[in-house]
Amino acid sequence: MIRKRFQLAIAVGLLVAAVLALGAWSASEQERYLNPVEMAFSPDGRFLYVICENADQLRVVDLASGAVVKQITVGRMPTGLSLSPDGKQIYVANSWSDNISVIDSDTLEVTRTLPAGFEPISAISDRDGKTLYAANRLSNDISVLDLASGKEIKRLVAGRGASYLSLTPDGKYIYCTHIYPNIGKFRTPPESEITVVDTLTQEIVERKPLHSIAGVFHVATSTDGKLSVVAELQPKNLIPLAHVEHGWAFVDSLAIFGEDVNGIVQVPIDELERYFARPFGLAISKDKSKIFVTSGGAATVTVIDTQQLLAFARSQHSSFANDLSASANYVIARVPVGPDPRGVLLSPDGSRLYVANRLGDTVDVIDTNRNEVTRSIDLGGPKTITGKRRGERLFYNAKFAFQGQFSCANCHLDSTFDGLNWDLEPDGFGKDIVDNRSIEDLSGTEPFKWNGGNPNLQTECGPRTEKFFYRSQSYNDKELADLVSYIFSIPLRPNRYRLPNGQLTAAQERGKAIFERTFTKAGKPIPENNQCAYCHSGPKYTNRRLFDVGSGKPTDRSPLIDTAHLPNIAYSAPYLHDGSARSLEEIWTVFNPHDTHGVTNDLTKDELNDLIEYLRTL
Amino acid sequence: MKTRIRLIALCFNLALTCAAMAQDMPRFRWENFTTENGLPNNHVYCVLVDAPRIWAGTDDGLGLLQDGKWKVYRPADGLAHQAVLGLALDKRTGDVWAATLGGISRISAGRIDSFTQLNSGLPNDVVYGVGVLGDYVWVATAAGGGRLNTRTNQWSLYNERNTPMYEIWTYAVSPATDKVYYAVWGAGVLEYDVATQHWKDYNDPDGETEMVLFKDQGLIHEITTSVSYVDKILWVATYFGASRYDGRNWHNFLTKDSGLPSNFLNQVKAIDANRAWFSTDKGLAYYDGANWAVYRPALDTHKPEMLIRDASGRTFSVPVDTAPAHNYILGVDFQGDDLWVATAEGLSHGIRQK
Repeated sequence: MIRKRFQLAIAVGLLVAAVLALGAWSASEQERYLNPVEMAFSPDGRFLYVICENADQLRVVDLASGAVVKQITVGRMPTGLSLSPDGKQIYVANSWSDNISVIDSDTLEVTRTLPAGFEPISAISDRDGKTLYAANRLSNDISVLDLASGKEIKRLVAGRGASYLSLTPDGKYIYCTHIYPNIGKFRTPPESEITVVDTLTQEIVERKPLHSIAGVFHVATSTDGKLSVVAELQPKNLIPLAHVEHGWAFVDSLAIFGEDVNGIVQVPIDELERYFARPFGLAISKDKSKIFVTSGGAATVTVIDTQQLLAFARSQHSSFANDLSASANYVIARVPVGPDPRGVLLSPDGSRLYVANRLGDTVDVIDTNRNEVTRSIDLGGPKTITGKRRGERLFYNAKFAFQGQFSCANCHLDSTFDGLNWDLEPDGFGKDIVDNRSIEDLSGTEPFKWNGGNPNLQTECGPRTEKFFYRSQSYNDKELADLVSYIFSIPLRPNRYRLPNGQLTAAQERGKAIFERTFTKAGKPIPENNQCAYCHSGPKYTNRRLFDVGSGKPTDRSPLIDTAHLPNIAYSAPYLHDGSARSLEEIWTVFNPHDTHGVTNDLTKDELNDLIEYLRTL
Repeated sequence: MKTRIRLIALCFNLALTCAAMAQDMPRFRWENFTTENGLPNNHVYCVLVDAPRIWAGTDDGLGLLQDGKWKVYRPADGLAHQAVLGLALDKRTGDVWAATLGGISRISAGRIDSFTQLNSGLPNDVVYGVGVLGDYVWVATAAGGGRLNTRTNQWSLYNERNTPMYEIWTYAVSPATDKVYYAVWGAGVLEYDVATQHWKDYNDPDGETEMVLFKDQGLIHEITTSVSYVDKILWVATYFGASRYDGRNWHNFLTKDSGLPSNFLNQVKAIDANRAWFSTDKGLAYYDGANWAVYRPALDTHKPEMLIRDASGRTFSVPVDTAPAHNYILGVDFQGDDLWVATAEGLSHGIRQK
């Protein structure tokens, strides 16, 4: 009897615990984490505006009390924040809504919404407050908007992954940087650029080349206009990743240019045996004495003595980003901050540096004299840290890699891709070159790796990562489960090629018919395994099997390739397993001479275009 | 005696009229550019004026003349092909589009992006003409027309399958906000109505390839080489004369009844509804709506020559010291009075004389 009562009590206890746990889970799942990324001061300096990308909000913080006093709902996935020159308008770039929210800084209400291109990441006004510029990551351009009419006047061709904008202090130019490298020839060093817009003519007047650079983030210019700095990531994707031990995976660096330096000089922020992964946010003190750089993967703010940096840079004859010993000449402090720090903001007197900790839902305040965090502002995100959230932090944290060189997010920038191909594993140098695939909405796309070698994400992200990538510690079982949980939760970004009503255009319909056809135009049956819709079947357009589609290269150990999943394939060039096809067209015009990757050689150019139009909608 | 005096007075008046007319017709001092002073190649297919930049599409590269210096773009710099057949300016952005024998290239602040039939939806790599309007780039290729939406990178192709284009050899395109015209080599002119998205073709009504039976009843000839649509007036150049169409009536121009120096035309470039420049194999012609002027090295002596034909058909010569580099003219472009001419033997700059 006692035993039965005991068993009943245990059962009830377990049930209660389960209900409570479910409640806690539901609450935390329903309440979204904030993910603060960018900040600005209110015109009177009393408030801090913080963009919270995951909450679709602008949060207003009373700087005196540290309390969040207002939450303003904007568009989806806001990422960019700036103020009009008179401070009366707040501009928020909504990357997944493809528009800009305009907020009245007095009433703190959204007053209008302006159009932009595909995935606007940032938006800034010219000095007259008449024109707004938005950098569009997926359409690779810059929208030019007339603020009086609210209309988009034109688009300027930027580089690939246009993301971050900065107005020079004299108001003459806008610099635009890019998260992805420009599409280049197969197995050549990545090339990026700083696109320079003349605000008078509203035209692009220069493209400052950034050689061997893939991801470029914030750009800042000193008050005197003589020194500009960009935060950049230099990948070593052309050599085998086996060289991680030698520090040859990434260099975290800055590019400096302007009157103070001759040309564009790339300088490291890493140390010889310690890396500061993913430099992102930048601030230059008003007196130009210091430069502050956030490193997302290292949860650190690096403080640089500008004069020492310039003196050292002038003593060199060219860029020296690969000389990691150089940073000892100008780095004066490393300040630990919250997880995945992004944007930074200096107080007007330069005494405080505000740091948006994207995965901490906090803003750290650094005393710039003492170079230490003296205050942390809680933005009011969920207090329960779910496994998925822990996984997200792991994804962006470089501490697991040898000497902290990189994290998952180094290649999967902002949980996407990097536009590069890599020589990943110790399978022989130059063997099995692989394209970096998108990791959105991965569930149901197993196995992983282009050769299908990993049956599940636990294998993909666990032992493989430890052995082949990080060459250091790896995740324990719980961490691995969290990481996998996060990766499976990465959503598909909106597809811009589908009509709003979900229907297909005439061209897309024709392309769908080609995708699903079973006979050639001559009436000959197409073998099942050479029909597009056979291999690319199911909800993710993959039957999860290996095929030899003739795209194998002599450097591949096997011609059998995992069938790629196709959702949002439009955005993730280059293509094929090794990234040798620079566009969707080249998959068939260049790499399918014998109709082994679907039958396409009987198609006219119109029909191939139709097929591609359909693929873009997936 | 009276009769003699009247005759003299008449001749005097005629001379005065001719002098006045000569005064009215534009006169130029010609400066010529060849490989000797930096032009990449003397065979110049096309020219584009975007002061202070002058672009010259040649047989061997795209030349950019700026601040008195030439910069040359070739395939090594990313240009789709060294032979540049057409040029167009995106006036909103300053980007230049080059039609080449290997695709089209966009030159934007020094960066060149090339679109080919292999890496994009471009219908064919042999691109004769290109035009820009708003966010669209229109191309005329050896396999039909095409339109690139620069915001989405999507292509629309136009050929015999979806237009009344019974030949697909398109030579030139002239886009405007209401209509887009294609010169289809051997198939007349194709018109795209922007509002209705419908196509319509204009053909030679007599159907004769070598003769003109029905003058002013339609397009002068099927073998069209160029179209220019300005102020709602369509101008057409063919290998057998030129045409002007106002939406209701056609007016055709032949050597026998106009000031055209030749019926073999490579290009027509309209200034407005009444004035146009004609590039022929026997010189550059200007038409002001009534009178004609021809600029060229004389066909026999090669000495500089300017000929005028007035509205009544009277012709006379105006003494000049300079002429375009060659009488085989492939194209012109202008900005105000600043005229640039592409010839078979160099690039010419016509500096207007007041």
